[in-house]
Amino acid sequence: MTVPSVPSNHGHVSYAAFSLMETTVTARSEAPPRKPLEHPSGDKRFKILEVFIKRLQHRQDMLIEVLHKAQELFGFLDNDLLIYVAQQLRLPPSRVFGVATFYHYFTLKPKGAHTCVVCMGTACYVKGADRVLAAIEQHAGIKAGETTSDNQLSLLTARCIGACGIAPAVVYDGAVTARQSAEDALERVKGWTNGSR
Amino acid sequence: MDLADLLEIKEKELRTRKPIRLRCCLAAGCVSSNGQAVKESLDKAVQEAGLADEVEVRQVGCMRLCCEGPLVAVDPAGILYQKVAPEDAASIVAALKGGETQVKRGDLNHPFFTKQMSIVLENSGEIDPERIESYIAADGYQALNDALVEMKPKEVIDAILQSGLRGRGGAGYPTGLKWATVAKMQGSKKYVICNADEGDPGAFMDRSVLESDPHRLLEGMAIAAYAVGADQGFIYVRAEYPLAISRLHTAIKQAKQHGLLGSGVLEAAFTFNVEIRIGAGAFVCGEETALMASIEGERGTPRPRPPFPAERGLYAGPTLINNVETLANVPSIVRKGADWFAGIGTEKSKGTKVFALAGKITNTGLIEVPMGTSLRTIVEEMGAGAPDGNQVKAVQTGGPSGGCLPASQLDTPVDYESLQQLGSIMGSGGMIVMDQTTNMVDVARFFMEFCMDESCGKCTPCRAGTVQLHALLDRILRRQATARDLELLEELCDLVKHTSLCGLGQTAPNPVLSTLRFFRNEYLELLQPEIGAPAAFGTPPKPDVNPTG
Repeated sequence: MTVPSVPSNHGHVSYAAFSLMETTVTARSEAPPRKPLEHPSGDKRFKILEVFIKRLQHRQDMLIEVLHKAQELFGFLDNDLLIYVAQQLRLPPSRVFGVATFYHYFTLKPKGAHTCVVCMGTACYVKGADRVLAAIEQHAGIKAGETTSDNQLSLLTARCIGACGIAPAVVYDGAVTARQSAEDALERVKGWTNGSR
Repeated sequence: MDLADLLEIKEKELRTRKPIRLRCCLAAGCVSSNGQAVKESLDKAVQEAGLADEVEVRQVGCMRLCCEGPLVAVDPAGILYQKVAPEDAASIVAALKGGETQVKRGDLNHPFFTKQMSIVLENSGEIDPERIESYIAADGYQALNDALVEMKPKEVIDAILQSGLRGRGGAGYPTGLKWATVAKMQGSKKYVICNADEGDPGAFMDRSVLESDPHRLLEGMAIAAYAVGADQGFIYVRAEYPLAISRLHTAIKQAKQHGLLGSGVLEAAFTFNVEIRIGAGAFVCGEETALMASIEGERGTPRPRPPFPAERGLYAGPTLINNVETLANVPSIVRKGADWFAGIGTEKSKGTKVFALAGKITNTGLIEVPMGTSLRTIVEEMGAGAPDGNQVKAVQTGGPSGGCLPASQLDTPVDYESLQQLGSIMGSGGMIVMDQTTNMVDVARFFMEFCMDESCGKCTPCRAGTVQLHALLDRILRRQATARDLELLEELCDLVKHTSLCGLGQTAPNPVLSTLRFFRNEYLELLQPEIGAPAAFGTPPKPDVNPTG
């Protein structure tokens, strides 16, 4: 699918109108040209993102950079945000979706208040990262890649964080921690979530 | 900025150097062991002891022995303190003036250090990666000056050809040939890309170079750009390496301010700009065509070659893609000469190779050894064998594209050909040691799971083949497979290897094939006797069976 032509002030079209584009496209193209609008949610982060995109001169090949920035600002990429990015870069939403879902780094679901990333690189694996992961999974009652129902803990795995010298490594809320055993990990995670459910 | 300015910066830097220097490792390994706090408390302790005029506390890059971090080295006394805690700062500073300290000292005469030979890691652990002056004081950017002022592009390429440097990303293609091909191409806009998408699990050499000596990479890229006639460079780094990214940003900014990047580099008629592109967690983006697609903002799927990137690469222009370590070798070759480099290593593999030594081994960390060093020297002497009296069982090189070599093959010299003959590859340099507690079938399944997850899905042999291979390995591990499944496994390995589009699929069966070759018994022990026809392919395994047995 391609994006229907957007008014020349494309940088300012309300994303709400845009996200309803498929149903309201006829109505919109007949509407009189409108003044630049703030993002309807009034969320300042959209403004920051818009400035970032402007600085990149709306270059379509900067899509991945823009998605990085969007995720940095919002924590995750929801549908509306992806559509907003698509519209800003004048790319088909399918393309933005395709890229966002292709790369592991982008997440389309909100993360919990805390994150715990267990490195599953080879060095960590042979040193027992699988047991660390299993212990946390059992404690929190979720699988890797999921978030507890109280939104407190997201459990993730990494392919290798390059900290093989201190394996097995676990990243708690962004801090890489060396030589973790299943017990160490449970100790850290216990405060964050009250066990299963 | 010209040579005189470079030398002036160098001289000033050396002149202001204080007599005693404490080097604190602040690469990712030591940072995660609280290295930053150690440096801060050392800074404070030096102030408190009133030694600020005499003692300099410097942040440096990787000092190799990651397992003993945070590391602090004392110059010129030649002491290496290990596992330093912030509370130890006062006693370390007191020890500079004849006091006592209980902090554990490393043995710098251990083979781990003495058998190393540093080219790529020459400045790693010595210079401050966030100060360009520190790199210039170590003769940095002089090679670029030599190339721009004294050599024609062709002479630079000839030097690289003559040095025998081969790609350090794994495949080992002669670097000089690649450069010559790109240089020959017509085209107004050419690109140089540095592949820093170090995706192999268990490899952290490139990360260390980026974190410890980012200017070396920029210098190597600039020389490459001059040689092939490019004016735009890209560094494609993994998002998982935030420290490396921030240090690269700093380095690029500093190099621009000093006229070492941008237009009129070193007052020569040469323009070169470098941009950073951050990956987003796709292993396949280490493949060059996928990497270029990713830089262009697309899904990172590879495309068939030819046309090779040298002919038609990034934005359809002729493109040179080299790995971090390859480019990091370039300044040394230009400065010290091709013959010097060609004198190191074996007949077909020249120079040194950096390995990330990890797994079940006493000394984990980073090593740089001349090509041709035997695995035994690396594992038994430098790495001091498996910890807790365990036996080394296998050494895995090349990550998910490589293979496992058994302990009986430890006398194999490390070079491209020898490793290939044994069904493994040199790879980018991850070296994981396994002991007798490691189940090799489980390792094979681990790598297959990796390839299955990371397959981009473009070609069928890889997309579907890796899933089926993984299912077969899973069945074997669950003791549900028969000899017929093993046959199927081998057949499928062959198919995936020969029909996949890119390197990921073509090498995905390697860990299975090499473990089958050297540890076939472990597979056979898990097989069940044949009863009638094999069960339906890909049926979900029973949940109540213990996978590792």
